[in-house]
Amino acid sequence: MPLLEVGSLTIDYPTSRGAIRAVEDISFSLKKGETLGLAGESGSGKSTLGLSIIRLVPYPGVIVKGHIKIDETDILKLPEDEMRFIRGRKAAYIFQDPMTSLNPVKRIGAHFIELIRTHEPNTGKEEAFERTKTVVKNLGILSERINDYPHQFSGGMRQRIMIGLAIALNPDLVIADEPTTALDVIVQAKILDLLESLRKVYGMALILISHDLSIILERCDKIIIMYAGHMLEYATSIEMHRNPKHPYTQGLLQSIPNIELSDQKLVAIPGSPPDMLNPPKGCRFWPRCSYAKKICRVKEPPLIKVGRNHFVRCFLYGKKGVHVERNRKS
Amino acid sequence: MGLRSYIITRILLTIPTLLLLLSMVFLIMRVLPGDPVALHFEKKATPEQMESMRRALGLDKPLWTQYIEYLGGLVDIGYILEHGYPNLGKSMQTFEEVGGQIFSAFPATLELAFYSMIIASVIGILLGVISSKSYNSILDHLIRGVGTVTYAVPIFFLGIVFQLIFGVYLRWLPTGLRINPVVDPPATITGLYTIDSLLQGNLFKFFESLKALLLPSLTLGIILSGMFVRMTRTNMLETLRLDFVTAAKARGLKESTVTYGYALRNAFLPILTMMGLQFAILLGGAILTETTFSWPGLGRYIVDRINFRDYTAIQGAVVVFGLFVTLVSLVVDILYAYLDPRIRL
Ligand SMILES: Nc1ncnc2c1ncn2[C@@H]1O[C@H](COP(=O)(O)OP(=O)(O)O)[C@@H](O)[C@H]1O
Ligand SMILES: [Mg+2]
Repeated sequence: MPLLEVGSLTIDYPTSRGAIRAVEDISFSLKKGETLGLAGESGSGKSTLGLSIIRLVPYPGVIVKGHIKIDETDILKLPEDEMRFIRGRKAAYIFQDPMTSLNPVKRIGAHFIELIRTHEPNTGKEEAFERTKTVVKNLGILSERINDYPHQFSGGMRQRIMIGLAIALNPDLVIADEPTTALDVIVQAKILDLLESLRKVYGMALILISHDLSIILERCDKIIIMYAGHMLEYATSIEMHRNPKHPYTQGLLQSIPNIELSDQKLVAIPGSPPDMLNPPKGCRFWPRCSYAKKICRVKEPPLIKVGRNHFVRCFLYGKKGVHVERNRKS
Repeated sequence: MGLRSYIITRILLTIPTLLLLLSMVFLIMRVLPGDPVALHFEKKATPEQMESMRRALGLDKPLWTQYIEYLGGLVDIGYILEHGYPNLGKSMQTFEEVGGQIFSAFPATLELAFYSMIIASVIGILLGVISSKSYNSILDHLIRGVGTVTYAVPIFFLGIVFQLIFGVYLRWLPTGLRINPVVDPPATITGLYTIDSLLQGNLFKFFESLKALLLPSLTLGIILSGMFVRMTRTNMLETLRLDFVTAAKARGLKESTVTYGYALRNAFLPILTMMGLQFAILLGGAILTETTFSWPGLGRYIVDRINFRDYTAIQGAVVVFGLFVTLVSLVVDILYAYLDPRIRL
């Protein structure tokens, strides 16, 4: 039984100039303790997809189709007050910018105590306070500092605190949306290491969102490559690394510097992502694809199974692969 | 800069501000057509009578001498110690001490201002929050519409409508005066009737004075609330978009915690600043409200005396208003520093 199951998920942002389809027909599932990476350029719909899992797609976004099941319950059908107990307790979210993610007028400790006592109303103030101290210590922050305000911490420290808030109630799933993008390169690895070690200790599943495929390859069991709201490829990290199928994935991998390859030629993918108000017909990637055929411009390629746990949305694999409409199993 | 040195600087800065204000009033009063001496006499006076009156009022002296003497009176410490208020000169109409008259009229204005502010901020902030939470809905448009209308309605018009409905037609509430004339006002401690009667444990007088306060403070409060609605709505819309609000929702916190503890708590800071600035407008509004409701405060005092070109009385009242506005903005600054941990040093 998967912890999370997303099926045919489609999300629109209606705007005055027409609807932006930020996420289209995406399906995947995640088992307890598994790690999934969402990779793609900025604007490809990663955050929209991530936020939909806690049903917080920003205004004016609407989920127009599909389901999101956590422990078999379709959260899209839950009333708001029940949804509140999923957020924070079953699924937690870590945002990109730690500098703005904490309430500036609230002490750090108060953030934790409030969280614990909201979800576990029987917890006394003292007990919540003690628990907060323990969590904060595990983050590598002095427990005296829980009386400080957010502005008294550096960005890296604040992201540690956000991680602490995410794991405080021991949720089954943590969604980390570009958790290190806003931070110095030096602290990035430390934050990701902290996240990984805590994840292992608590046995949580993780969805790691990043525009940086190298980070995801290093730290996730399986990977979804997103492009303009579409899932272009879905595979285990090892498969994705050794045997990338989609021309876009291949391009992304070629643009990652690799210290082991001394004579590596770094190649950036030419062109830029499409205007989401007028996306190209057919495959969303064809204007930038060097393999584009006639059919790519008129027809959307279906998701094709090309191996065990490996799917790609590309006409190049039509004959070899096994054609499937939707991947319900992983 | 520490909070204390900031406060001291602010207090010192009020001195040039007040001096400027005072000089302007001093000049404007004398440029204005109308002669206090002529207005003093009910019938036409002889030139000799006029001349001796002018001398008695000190108006025969050169302007700058009058100015210096007036300023000198203000800082006369001995006088302040003796009377409990500064020497603001004698009224050109009644020859009474202006300081004493203002001292007895000001609490009425203060009490009206205080309750109006509470009504304006409670109504305004509440409606502003509701409006922002139901962004772009019919309710939002309705609240914004009401906010704009109250903003534009003349005070005396709303006041008279209230008087007609609640005073004349329903006969629920008094339409003027600070307390029912058959009830003795509470003994003066602060000069605020509601506070004084509570301090003396007299609930009857408390409710009597509260009843009298209701219509004027509701009038002024509703008119001022429009600005609060707009300000709260704008600030809330901005704050509700911020990451920490989304992050709070993502932690499954209660809706009310997110709205009030996160969004409003942060949106309130600029609202607080405006509350301070509003006080000047509030006092302006108080003048009109006091006239409409025969409220014996400083606003009505000014209106009464301006007809007689009572220079000293007007100057005194304006100085007190100025001092009050400065004091409020100082309190607001301190409160702001207290509420925003990023400022506390
Ligand atoms: N509030 C919004 N209103 C309108 N369009 C939006 C909004 N938020 C995101 N979008 C659009 O949805 C698409 C996906 O955005 P997002 O999920 O933030 O991508 P990513 O996280 O991969 O950078 C983008 O094209 C963006 O323009
Ligand atoms: Mg994003």
